[in-house]
Amino acid sequence: MKTGSTLERMLRKGAFAVTAALDPPEGNDLRPLDQQLKLLKGNVDAINVTDNPTGFVRMSSLATSAYLIQNGFEPIMHLTTRDRNRIALQSDLLGATALGVRNILCLTGDHHTLGNQRDAKNVHDLDSVQLIACARTLRDEGTLMGGKEKLKGEIRLFIGAGENPFGDPFEFRVIRLAKKARAGADFIQTHPVYDTDRFREWMKAICDRGLHEKLYILAGVCPLKSREAMESIQEYHPGIFIPEAIIDRVLTSRNSEEEGIQICVEQIRQIKEIQGVHGVTIHAPGWEASIPEIIQQAGLLPRPKADAI
Amino acid sequence: MIKAEQKPLDEILKFLDPYNKILLVGCGACVTVCHAGGEKEVGLLASTLRMARKKIGKMIEVEEATTARQCEPEFALELTGTVEKVEAVLSLACGVGVQTLARHFSKTPVLPGVNTMFMGETTAHGVWEERCQACGNCILEKTGGICPVARCAKQLFNGPCGGSSKGKCEIKRETDCAWQLIYDRLKGLGQLYKLEEIIPAKRWGVESRDSGPRRIVREDLKV
Repeated sequence: MKTGSTLERMLRKGAFAVTAALDPPEGNDLRPLDQQLKLLKGNVDAINVTDNPTGFVRMSSLATSAYLIQNGFEPIMHLTTRDRNRIALQSDLLGATALGVRNILCLTGDHHTLGNQRDAKNVHDLDSVQLIACARTLRDEGTLMGGKEKLKGEIRLFIGAGENPFGDPFEFRVIRLAKKARAGADFIQTHPVYDTDRFREWMKAICDRGLHEKLYILAGVCPLKSREAMESIQEYHPGIFIPEAIIDRVLTSRNSEEEGIQICVEQIRQIKEIQGVHGVTIHAPGWEASIPEIIQQAGLLPRPKADAI
Repeated sequence: MIKAEQKPLDEILKFLDPYNKILLVGCGACVTVCHAGGEKEVGLLASTLRMARKKIGKMIEVEEATTARQCEPEFALELTGTVEKVEAVLSLACGVGVQTLARHFSKTPVLPGVNTMFMGETTAHGVWEERCQACGNCILEKTGGICPVARCAKQLFNGPCGGSSKGKCEIKRETDCAWQLIYDRLKGLGQLYKLEEIIPAKRWGVESRDSGPRRIVREDLKV
């Protein structure tokens, strides 16, 4: 056991983990966050806290993660290499672990020109694979990158990374995941899955290479509620692909929200049966209210109590 | 080679406003090749400036010259005697050439007439694309001769981000995904095994501009 986080304990036990993802508030008012947390209480094992997704400025993932801990939730803190060099990344990892963050997700981050600070200078001192290696060095060696001196304190990290089964080149995705495993990733969370056939094909390639035994893989899902929501995904979330059949189902249904939830529930049920999948991550930006219903309908309740795992 | 683009005329006219006699200097090297600051562009811009200033009743005298390579002192110094007769120099060389003139002609303002864009290659007539960032430690051997530092929007060293789609970059649909190109090239060469290597964090602070302005000293060439 590397951290004893709920997420790690659940995955090691072989249980099907259920996590949600929240985007931190756009201002510094915590009330909207409180409402979202209220919805998720008791329904998920851990909550992903995104790091300025699509390059739009939000409250920091570290501060938001610390707030979650104060309020009795377990965060998976996202950390992108887009905005921080290795000095800031390591500093944030020390601060986050001191405040009780155990699960992190090492990401490159969406390109900043997709967001609201297009004039910014991006960083990309490290890439996500190198950040994973950096986090592992902190945890396993107790040293900074390239450092020899042991740091004071114990750094406990359950290291996650992202992957997009729907990105190109398809064959390279598996090679890259193997690199992430070798660099030190413990778990993987994927981009939202809409095309379950292609996801199955990707998982087969993962299993053929034995990566499902080295990494816990959590599949992403994201419910669709309207034409606008789907258009926003296509515009701001490169790498996410919604098959025509799904778009048609949402658009032609009498109640698109109900249909969106229904589709998501079906997807979770299908994904759960695929070999090598260890859990699911539900991200419903702007529609967090759908998450408890999806989890309930997918038969994933009640969640096991943290101290009972 | 270095690629540049001429600055907008309004900007040039604005900073030339205090001067009535200038020297417009082109460069016979990179900026000639990319049609931004060679002899031809010097002639065209000189006429344009004269007309624009005449239009507002504020005539400007524009001397014209083009050095073979403005970044080399021996060519820059050929302008000695000419520079002293004008109030300012407008250079159509890259940022290097502008600075070479500024270093040698301490009493005359030297102004940039182009924006220096990148080091790149010609991919079609009238099309230039960035290829090198002068990062100081070439990894093209590992990446099939295609540079992710210059050509990936996120400068990724270990494969494509999640936004690579149908061979294109997530931020510019007209830009090829560097890692798709690398994958295709290595596949064609039968060298896909090269992609398995984890390329460690780059030493930006030692090799690259992040270490401060770099300098090469060749003792064997010094006189």
